[in-house]
Amino acid sequence: MIYEASARSRARNGNFELWSWLFMRVSGIILLLMVLLHFAIMHVTTPPEDVNYAWVAGRYATSGWRIYDIVVLFLGLIHGLNGVRVVSDDLIHSRGWRVVVVAVLYVVAFLFLVIGAQVILSFQPVAGS
Amino acid sequence: MGRWNVSVDRGRAWGWAVIYRGQTGQWAQLLHRITGLGVVLFLLLHILDTALLGFGPGIYDTVVAWYHLPWVLVIEVFLAAAVIYHAINGIRVTIIDFWDKGSLHQEAIFWIGVVVFFVLLLPTAYFMLVPVFR
Repeated sequence: MIYEASARSRARNGNFELWSWLFMRVSGIILLLMVLLHFAIMHVTTPPEDVNYAWVAGRYATSGWRIYDIVVLFLGLIHGLNGVRVVSDDLIHSRGWRVVVVAVLYVVAFLFLVIGAQVILSFQPVAGS
Repeated sequence: MGRWNVSVDRGRAWGWAVIYRGQTGQWAQLLHRITGLGVVLFLLLHILDTALLGFGPGIYDTVVAWYHLPWVLVIEVFLAAAVIYHAINGIRVTIIDFWDKGSLHQEAIFWIGVVVFFVLLLPTAYFMLVPVFR
């Protein structure tokens, strides 16, 4: 039953699931490198108590880390929410609820990409901090 | 129980999951999903806390200081474990997908992944927990 449904959805969506599958592998390998480096910097090479507003201001003084964070934001959020979609396709047997979940995921993706991108791109430290 | 009829041939229903004779790939996949869901939930939280930068140093420093509380650092070790596990198991799945002999060696690849997981996690956990004991 589950498999008939996914076969139908493959036919309906053309190559969408193929591109989704490929995206998960490619973005996964990129995220592996970028997220583990991010984690190492934030938790191993920098004492946690040093991470604060002034530290971020220094980090964002040039555009390098902003570009890095934008890439991680987009790849990470889309990889993660697409993963939630794949899991919900497996676990939610009602087509109606799957549509609801996917719609919610699109809204969450859009909102959080906008919130994240605007702070990374527009952050200007307050003077004197 | 009708919804499990299809699955029962291949394994037995166990709560909301289906156990495919409970071998390593089954548990690796289940853990992959649990860690993935955990990490994406943290990512949403992390986007919100980072957005507080726009409200100035007072609010941001107050909220980010919570991440430095000892008991939160312990939770962050679990986050590190989830990220490391998800990354390594993702590589395992990718190897099985792209290497034509991958599926023949999937169990060996799993155990190699377990070793790499602990090799990466133990030093990371040590460095993360040093401030707790300071």
